[in-house]
Amino acid sequence: MIEDPYLGKYITCVSARSTDKEILKKAQDGGIATTLMVYALEQGIIDGTIVAGEGDRPWEPRPFVAMSREDILKARGTKYSISPQISWLKEATRSFGLDKVGVTGVCCQMQAVRKAQLYPINMRDVPGKVAFTVGLFCMENFPYKSLQTIVEDHAAQSLNSVKRMDIGKGKFWVYTERGNVTSLPIKATHKYEQPGCHVCLDYVSNLADISTGSVGSPDGWSTVFIRTKKGNEIWSKAVAAGLFETKPIEDVKPGLDLVTKLAKEKIDKNRKTVEERKTFGVNKALRDPYA
Amino acid sequence: MELLNSIKKTTGGEAKLAQVVTEIKVEATKEIKSVANKIKLGHVHLSGCTGCLVSMADNNLGLIKILDDYADLVYGLTLADVRHIPEMDVALVEGSVCLQDHESVEDIKETRRKSKIVVALGSCSSYGNITRFSRGGQHNQPQHESFLPIGDLIDVDIYIPGCPPSPELIRNVAVMAYLLLEGNEDQKALAGKYLKPLMDLAKRGTTGCFCDLMSDVINQGLCMGCGTCAASCPVRAITMEFGKPQGERDLCIKCGSCYGACPRSFFNFDVISEFEDISEIIAGALK
Repeated sequence: MIEDPYLGKYITCVSARSTDKEILKKAQDGGIATTLMVYALEQGIIDGTIVAGEGDRPWEPRPFVAMSREDILKARGTKYSISPQISWLKEATRSFGLDKVGVTGVCCQMQAVRKAQLYPINMRDVPGKVAFTVGLFCMENFPYKSLQTIVEDHAAQSLNSVKRMDIGKGKFWVYTERGNVTSLPIKATHKYEQPGCHVCLDYVSNLADISTGSVGSPDGWSTVFIRTKKGNEIWSKAVAAGLFETKPIEDVKPGLDLVTKLAKEKIDKNRKTVEERKTFGVNKALRDPYA
Repeated sequence: MELLNSIKKTTGGEAKLAQVVTEIKVEATKEIKSVANKIKLGHVHLSGCTGCLVSMADNNLGLIKILDDYADLVYGLTLADVRHIPEMDVALVEGSVCLQDHESVEDIKETRRKSKIVVALGSCSSYGNITRFSRGGQHNQPQHESFLPIGDLIDVDIYIPGCPPSPELIRNVAVMAYLLLEGNEDQKALAGKYLKPLMDLAKRGTTGCFCDLMSDVINQGLCMGCGTCAASCPVRAITMEFGKPQGERDLCIKCGSCYGACPRSFFNFDVISEFEDISEIIAGALK
């Protein structure tokens, strides 16, 4: 078990890519989260999983409980807006009747799941029924109207025409169906971030069973942290079943150094924000969520 | 983290949490012969619907195990044949206090005098909850009009919010209270760390509402739209609109669950990050 102040506790870290062509077709990077959840469903490790599907508006995510491969595949790809995954956590065990719930989500949502397990305030049945969690790397998130502003005002593309969005190499990228590629410096998007992200002290979903994201691995691949005993068991079986190609993280560029660098950037910046909140007013502090 | 490391250290180096668990079990076996270090647990029933008690019973074999090895139920209207409130280590109080019911008022005062730890079990006891909406005028005691959470009459040590509180949280608090009173130094420290946020909730106040999310989370710039509040609401008064909680304030029963459940109300990294080991300790203690 490795314990890193920025990357959390993990058993191993690898670079990986799914071998499922259908999943990769629309996956953001290596298709890790989708492939793992489909595998867990097919193996009976979970009965269903909370994923971020499509909402009413273009590129608006909406969480739903997926109970088939087809449904899980609907959630492929990153949508850079808020998807309240945990709003379904209790309902998944109730109206959906799931005994083994899977959850995919970003760092804060993994924190929410673990809090619900240890301090289940009005979360009956949740602690014992969370069967598998896959966390995503997350730097910040945007309210829907922010995303609209970034894509439509800054990148000057209609959200309806967008095929893919991506954040990488210091830029926010917008790819349209007709082949246009627009980018804007990520710096220009900072002011549109949701404020709640600025006190977040987690970048690589430290509390998930398995966490994954593009940073650190080559294009089309994902960096994967295997964190818990349960995560390790599922990952080993999935790799043995041939669902992933893997490479040691030490052998890929840019590798773990970049992950650590970005994690440090985010967490140090946000620690400072938490600190500054203490002297925000005149002899008045803003509330410290970690006190 | 440091805490668990210290457990690891004192139990001899590497990951020896299992040993702590075994120790808990060994202590438990000892108690079968001598019940001297079982804690005294009581359930005090004020103006509530018994849903909290049912929730406690819904721990099934876990409750039997707790009553076998860790706690004697010394008081409980429905479960123990005891008339007057005895000395207790931990009093679980369900329901709010009716000011016009003299006996309830006396009972809650006596509970405080005779208990080491008073736990407000459930939202009526913690925040008033649905009893806040009482206007009296009902048969056969129409004058029973005013109901207050117990924290308005006595000092309360720990809150377990929820309508009803989840069986697992009652179980966790029971195990941790046992460790706090009867455990070794490390177990005491762990239990203290675990219980602290629930003690802080008890200090925070006696009103709970969706508005807490507005004033202490959203207005404070802390909400990140995870949806936990919507999941925890027992009356589905909270929906997520554009990724943020929207409360139907007429539906809100003032149970305070959403605020307690929110990861941005409290989040103690040193405890929650150790979720794997702590879940094992609790499961081990109940085996």
